[in-house]
Amino acid sequence: VIRIALWLLGGVLLGGIVHLTTVLWLPDLATQDAYSRLAPVAPINAVTALPAPTPEKSVVPFLDPAFAMAVCRYDLSDGPLKFSVPVSPAYTSVSFYTRNDVAYYAINDRAAGRRVIELELMTSEQRADLPGDEEVTAADRLIVESPTVTGLIMIKALAPEPGLMSVAQAALTAAKCAQQPQQG
Amino acid sequence: VRLLLGTLFALCVAALVGLGATWLALTQGQAFGGLAVGAWTAWPRHGTAAIDPYARAMVARSGELPVGSGDGLAFQARTDDRGNTLDGRCDVVLSGLTPQARYWTITLYDHDGALVRNSVERHGFTSHEIVRRANGTFEIVVSPRSRPGNWLPSGGIERYVLVLRLYDTPIGVATRGREVTMPTITRRQCP
Repeated sequence: VIRIALWLLGGVLLGGIVHLTTVLWLPDLATQDAYSRLAPVAPINAVTALPAPTPEKSVVPFLDPAFAMAVCRYDLSDGPLKFSVPVSPAYTSVSFYTRNDVAYYAINDRAAGRRVIELELMTSEQRADLPGDEEVTAADRLIVESPTVTGLIMIKALAPEPGLMSVAQAALTAAKCAQQPQQG
Repeated sequence: VRLLLGTLFALCVAALVGLGATWLALTQGQAFGGLAVGAWTAWPRHGTAAIDPYARAMVARSGELPVGSGDGLAFQARTDDRGNTLDGRCDVVLSGLTPQARYWTITLYDHDGALVRNSVERHGFTSHEIVRRANGTFEIVVSPRSRPGNWLPSGGIERYVLVLRLYDTPIGVATRGREVTMPTITRRQCP
């Protein structure tokens, strides 16, 4: 009996390890996470407008229907990305997600303090490779470091009432998300 | 033979316990580190890089994108203030004030995160649309049948979840529950 109890205890301990491992692994194995859901509809390094969520279909669950939304699925392996979007009359925000849907950075129109939210997205290595003399102008630039090479940029513009949805959508059509020309 | 049987037994127990615990934690469990106010809970850390592994696994499984902390904060409620599950066949009243924010929206979803079909195609309100009383408070009635004032149709579904999102808000990781005022959720009548 003691022997069975010991085996049982060992099994439970091992079970604890299995539990922790699966929890940590799950984000890498998930095939229905937000990034994977958006991959078929959003081309790399381009802004794609997301259709408004409806009861029948929503690309990603729990989207806020009061917003016009667009997404840029990025890949920084060929160099940094330049991103810009004009702010809409009500409220505009830009959120950055890693490949595993971790929201590592978000900024809204007020925090950006300008009529256009403009920033550069790069990996830590690419930032370290920036030529030294560019530091002079760096105060003027908003640089966001992505923890992963690929990820998502979610652009949202609020329509405070349904009639203003077209205004919000119009602001997003001017959003740009493109590879920077290689610097000599 | 005994050793082999024992090992097999232990491995079976391990698989059962381990996978069972993971499944339970991700489907039944409530994430920890939440900011609870009445029936509402928000997880400010889920919108940052400091999100815990359990929440990451839940996010990966559900396929949602958490609201980034520089954008806003989402509170969700699955029960009323007395702990009854929100039932779309009942009349439920939200009443009071929301915390400080430039804008807020309230949206009704089913438990899978899909909007709920209804005849007037209303799935929520923004802070601009809501009709308020003279003192600034408001009342929203969630009901399967039309109601005067701020009517949020429930579509008559069995269970739903309310999500109140604050945009451009000072509420975040450092906020405590008692500093926050959220609307009360009261069940008025059930068939």
